[in-house]
Amino acid sequence: MSDASKKVTRFKSPTSIGYTIRSGAASGGFLRSIKEGKIVGMRCPETRKVYVPPRGPSPTSGLLMTEEVEVSDRGIITTFCEVNVPFEGQALEIPYVAASILLDGADIPMLHLIGECTPTEIRMGMRVKAIWKDESEWGHTTENILYFVPTGENDAALSDFVEHL
Amino acid sequence: MVDVGIVGFSQSTMLACEPEKTDAEMLSPVITEVLDGCGLKRQDVDFVVSGSTDYLSGIPFSFVHALDAIGVWPPVAESHVEMDAAWAFYEAWVKIQTGGAKIALVYGFGKSSTPNDLDQVMAMQLDPYHLVPLGIKPSSLAALQARILLESGRATMEDMALVAQRNLYQGQSNPWSLRSGNFSLDALLNAPKIAEPLSEFDCAPVTDGVAAMVVATKDVAEQLVERPVWVRGIDHRIDPPAMGVRDLSDAPSARLACEKAGAHCDKLDVAEIYAPYSHQELILREVMGLASVEKLNPSGGVLCGHPIMSAGLIRIGEVFRYITEGKGDRGLGHATSGSCLQQNLVVTLEGKHG
Repeated sequence: MSDASKKVTRFKSPTSIGYTIRSGAASGGFLRSIKEGKIVGMRCPETRKVYVPPRGPSPTSGLLMTEEVEVSDRGIITTFCEVNVPFEGQALEIPYVAASILLDGADIPMLHLIGECTPTEIRMGMRVKAIWKDESEWGHTTENILYFVPTGENDAALSDFVEHL
Repeated sequence: MVDVGIVGFSQSTMLACEPEKTDAEMLSPVITEVLDGCGLKRQDVDFVVSGSTDYLSGIPFSFVHALDAIGVWPPVAESHVEMDAAWAFYEAWVKIQTGGAKIALVYGFGKSSTPNDLDQVMAMQLDPYHLVPLGIKPSSLAALQARILLESGRATMEDMALVAQRNLYQGQSNPWSLRSGNFSLDALLNAPKIAEPLSEFDCAPVTDGVAAMVVATKDVAEQLVERPVWVRGIDHRIDPPAMGVRDLSDAPSARLACEKAGAHCDKLDVAEIYAPYSHQELILREVMGLASVEKLNPSGGVLCGHPIMSAGLIRIGEVFRYITEGKGDRGLGHATSGSCLQQNLVVTLEGKHG
């Protein structure tokens, strides 16, 4: 038994709170589409820019976006990062390359992995295409795309994507 | 003092659970509506301030996600309080007083349906050493407060039921109500208790919702709308958070805020008070001296819908509506925060300029 006269100097009080987070209308549309193997963005009614994945309101105008736009699963690497430092919660084997990919038809890059090439080959402006998992494995996730690989096409000029950096 | 006028107010319909929309998706049309009503575009606003809490959304920096709804290009001057948006309103008022803005947009948002157990989230605001580990529910603390009030002899169970009855009745004419109705006193008194002596009708319901308001300096306000509603006084006071050090049947901070906001300098036509539990309205009416107010909670108050983080701003907005609709000329908006009426904010509003 503990000594009642002994001062309590510390105690543990673990806490956890459960949440049911809903995707919302715009993200919900994106997630439903990607389960069908399609990448869908939304167009800002004011600037006409296409956001992928869409989050509802256009972040520049603040207006609710309603027009869905299917974009390509091919695009340009606008910028990238080679990850070769281990960190807690790491899910992928290092080294790997994460890149901002501006899909054809989109006005904002989305983040994904680059595969089937060595990091030293990767360049800003390099054209890439998605490698999808087998259709039987598709879910409501961008992980339906394993990674993007170089297409071998000519690189895009900096002026083609400088606005999206 | 710079004269500050409220020029617009909008809110979403209060729902038990908004299944389709994110905070930003709920906010965007409400912000568009409030600005349209004043003939403004997002770019015309020179200060934006919001009230919300990450604990509701379960997402860190969730107010940054909500910024999608205001349009941040060109860059905006923006601030946030981890408080009900009534406190964001206070910050906007201060910002205008200091010359930092002429037109401010204030908004609050929250989906209380997101946490699986809202009580668990609300308990996190309590003293982390003695109360949080007990997992004590806010409704249990409120029930203790109600019991202290009843035992003081200043109120009865019937008084509490009358509060619920009047608010739920008045909420029938509020198009944004989540819960309202014409209930008999017997039905309310005999309703099953969720925390003795409180039934579900004594407690504000779990609610999703957002609200937005536009405030401006006198010269701008008068150009924007025909009838701005003027802020005549605003004050925020805090009592100790610890449950054991104050008389829970009293709310000294509400009394003081009411006095400092000059609420009783003249007759009050309307008051909207934020009382998430029926007995708290009885306490507030007493300490804030609201017995002679012509109309109390015409909207039905938070017993008819309680979107946490915007419910306080909605009280101010309801007084604004009441005055702009010409139903009265002078009113009081009240917001509370913390446990058992710990923090209180009072705004005195007037329609006539002078």
